[in-house]
Amino acid sequence: MGLLSKKDAKLITDPLADNNPITVQVLGICSALAVTAELKPSIVMAISVMFVVAMGSTLISLIRNIIPPKIRIIVQLIIAAVLVIIVDQVLKAFAYELSKQLSVFVGLIITNCIIMGRFEAFALANSPWRSFLDGIGNSAGYGIILIIVGFFRELLGSGSLLGFKVLGDSIEKTGLYAYGYENNGFMLLAPMALITIGIIIWVQRSRNTALIENN
Amino acid sequence: MEHIELFFKSVFINNMIFATFLGMCSYLAVSKKVATAVGLGAAVIFVLAITVPLNWLLDVYLLKDGALAWLGPEYAEYDLSFLSFIMFIATIATMVQLVEIIVEKYAPALYNSLGIFLPLIAVNCAILGGSLFMQSREIQTLGLAFNYGVSSGIGWFLAILAIAAIREKIRYSNVPAPLRGLGITFIITGLMAIGFMSFGGMLTGGDEEKKIEQPVVVAQTEAETVKETAIATSQNETEVTQEAIDKTKNEKEIKE
Repeated sequence: MGLLSKKDAKLITDPLADNNPITVQVLGICSALAVTAELKPSIVMAISVMFVVAMGSTLISLIRNIIPPKIRIIVQLIIAAVLVIIVDQVLKAFAYELSKQLSVFVGLIITNCIIMGRFEAFALANSPWRSFLDGIGNSAGYGIILIIVGFFRELLGSGSLLGFKVLGDSIEKTGLYAYGYENNGFMLLAPMALITIGIIIWVQRSRNTALIENN
Repeated sequence: MEHIELFFKSVFINNMIFATFLGMCSYLAVSKKVATAVGLGAAVIFVLAITVPLNWLLDVYLLKDGALAWLGPEYAEYDLSFLSFIMFIATIATMVQLVEIIVEKYAPALYNSLGIFLPLIAVNCAILGGSLFMQSREIQTLGLAFNYGVSSGIGWFLAILAIAAIREKIRYSNVPAPLRGLGITFIITGLMAIGFMSFGGMLTGGDEEKKIEQPVVVAQTEAETVKETAIATSQNETEVTQEAIDKTKNEKEIKE
């Protein structure tokens, strides 16, 4: 890594696992749960959030010395809103079906806690380049969880990945279905998103016991 | 009737936490004690009741396709709906700040119980989500928008109250160590969401079945349907009369 010093690289690798925004910091849960019934919207959501967090952190960091502290939350919200409008318009222009599927959750990126959290906690006190890296790292940590949840929910719920029927055809009984396998339609419903994340937290904390809470 | 239906729909069927996952962050972070959960829940109801109708006005008179027609016919073609995110969030942020100032000045007691939560609420997904769902579900009147705001707030309040009560109790249970805290909260919320799914058929179940039956009858050729229905009804009638006879017989037997 010639481009990144060791300290900068840590900004990216840390949020991927031990300081993951979703499972450890508990930020940005809302959209993580709502869009993960299939893999494709999960990936699109992860990319959109990455764009907004990285660009937003850089912008906030650039103007951090001229923002009056009293109205900083409104300034942060406006910057997030402008970036989200760009994402929304791009999605509507190039992936209309997908933007219908994501419905209001594109708009809700504005109030995604990861964005406000990173703006408040990091971008207001650090240089633009470090803020950019921090934004990329945190949104990648968020994206990983989204993609894991989307992967399992689509695979177990509809037997496909990204729309391809990887387990065979459920109507014509080919592939796994020939042996009596059935899709678990329940995985597509809202409650299973919560339980899937619960299980991810369980697995992560059994592997890394330092994260266990004491209450 | 419309109002009652919308109320039950927003509180139970489309519950913000269990069906659409709005406001999960503060739901998870502030649900360790019942008292604080009640404070935050009340603040959410309060802010939703103000911002949803306000954003409804903005949407109908400024942002919608053709909403600017009241300015004159030359403005009728404008569609500013791409601005709705920034308008809604600006309204919410300023209203929250304004409400905080007003409450602090005129109702210090209320400020002491709600005050600390108000700044948190500007960035709560539930508030912006309420306005965005109001827009995408095309709520018709200002009264209904107010109703929608209050009732989804109540749904959120119920959810956070329930989970806070459960979390207070669960402290005395022997939860597996890696699941303690956050993990078990997720799984309990999932189980509660399964429970709330059972409200799904509460309002629409009966109506939808009727609507499906009608086109099936229309699809058949007329002569056949007339004959069939005639036969069916006559059969039904005979069955009914037989049943009636049976019943009367039974009654007689019971009397005897």
